Amino acid sequence: MNGVHDMGGMQGYGTVQIEANEPLFHGEWERRALGVTVAMGASGLWNIDLARSARESLPPLDYVQGPYYAIWTKALQKLLIERGLITEQELAQGQPLTPPVAGVRVLKAAEVDAALAKGSPANRPSTQAPRFAVGQRVRALNLNPQGHTRLPRYVRGHVGTVVLHHGSHVLPDQHVNKMLPPFDGTAEHLYTVVFDGTELWGPQAEAGHQVSVDAWESYLEALPA
Amino acid sequence: MTAEAGHPHAHPHDHDHEHSTLGEMDLRVRALETLLTQKGYLDPAAVDRIIETYEVHVGPHNGAKVVARAWADPAFRDWLLQDATAAIASMDYTGRQGEHMVAVPNTPDTHNMVVCTLCSCYPWPVLGLPPVWYKSAAYRSRAVIEPRAVLADFGVTLPPGQNIRVWDSTAEVRYLVLPERPAGTEGWSEEQLAQLVTRDAMIGTGLALNPQDITKEAP
Repeated sequence: MNGVHDMGGMQGYGTVQIEANEPLFHGEWERRALGVTVAMGASGLWNIDLARSARESLPPLDYVQGPYYAIWTKALQKLLIERGLITEQELAQGQPLTPPVAGVRVLKAAEVDAALAKGSPANRPSTQAPRFAVGQRVRALNLNPQGHTRLPRYVRGHVGTVVLHHGSHVLPDQHVNKMLPPFDGTAEHLYTVVFDGTELWGPQAEAGHQVSVDAWESYLEALPA
Repeated sequence: MTAEAGHPHAHPHDHDHEHSTLGEMDLRVRALETLLTQKGYLDPAAVDRIIETYEVHVGPHNGAKVVARAWADPAFRDWLLQDATAAIASMDYTGRQGEHMVAVPNTPDTHNMVVCTLCSCYPWPVLGLPPVWYKSAAYRSRAVIEPRAVLADFGVTLPPGQNIRVWDSTAEVRYLVLPERPAGTEGWSEEQLAQLVTRDAMIGTGLALNPQDITKEAP
């Protein structure tokens, strides 16, 4: 989705505002928003790509006006409502009005440390040989899907070089295909592809500048030798 | 630390125009947490523990220890550059948002800088939660098109001729910049070296501190 979240290369957002001695959270609500979002993610009723997709498809003004934990909170509400765990009316009134959905996995305090330490690895075994090799020149395809993707606009159509191969990782574009588990865990080989600044930005590029993205195999095509 | 500790209200440095948003978000998040708890989906003690993890246990002090070890121990440095996930896991920094780590070393020829243009991907086990600027539109938009100008916002000017290499974290791979070891630190212990390693140096928007920048003297 060519959304407002795909910010690379945009101009006009001003200087980077750096806050001296920045606190970890700006207000109690940010602390709880982080904790509630992470805890509810452990329900397993969505995955990281569905969560990102929910954030990206918020109204654009909600997204750019932030703060970032507000984006997380609004997306979490959307994920919960879509799955029928809560309703708009319950949110508005701040109390349960419908019976809870049965069988939702609840992360207990005693399970938190192990869950965070384990994480959710995205790599998967693959029997497919990788199509690209480190050192190979490739072009990022000009893809503009309506749905979730992790190929940023600023590299589409541009030529770069494969510098790392990470094995096979779950493909975000398909990981969002189903709203509820079991999810589509289709995996593809994942590469780091580096682009020269001049390839991406033309004559205005800063000197001596390269940018890489991590790109799945279906985002790329080989260049004729 | 409990959920009640810390800062219950907006800080004085919050901009005036954010006050209404913060008031609204205070109410919204409180209502959401209450509702989820009453419906039996959420254990508030788990929320407390998650917050405590990132307020107390997991933060850039972890990454600083990794960098210091890489500076002090050439074999560890090789391992870190070869298989950062395993090398970092050997120090018990694992898991969420650090499942697949890559360490990128700064050299006299190349300075590395990390961004996530699409969202806020950040290596939590070694750096904790990202600062607001890392998630801001200004940083995400500009880091890939004018990284030297962005560095200038941080007061950093690279030496003439040093290339800049920006890593956009668009997948589940997370990048840790291995800064250059400052001069004048020969013989320092890992503990002493770690004091020179700032969060921004591990994102690439800063450099490691020099010995004269910290109060504690070298041996």
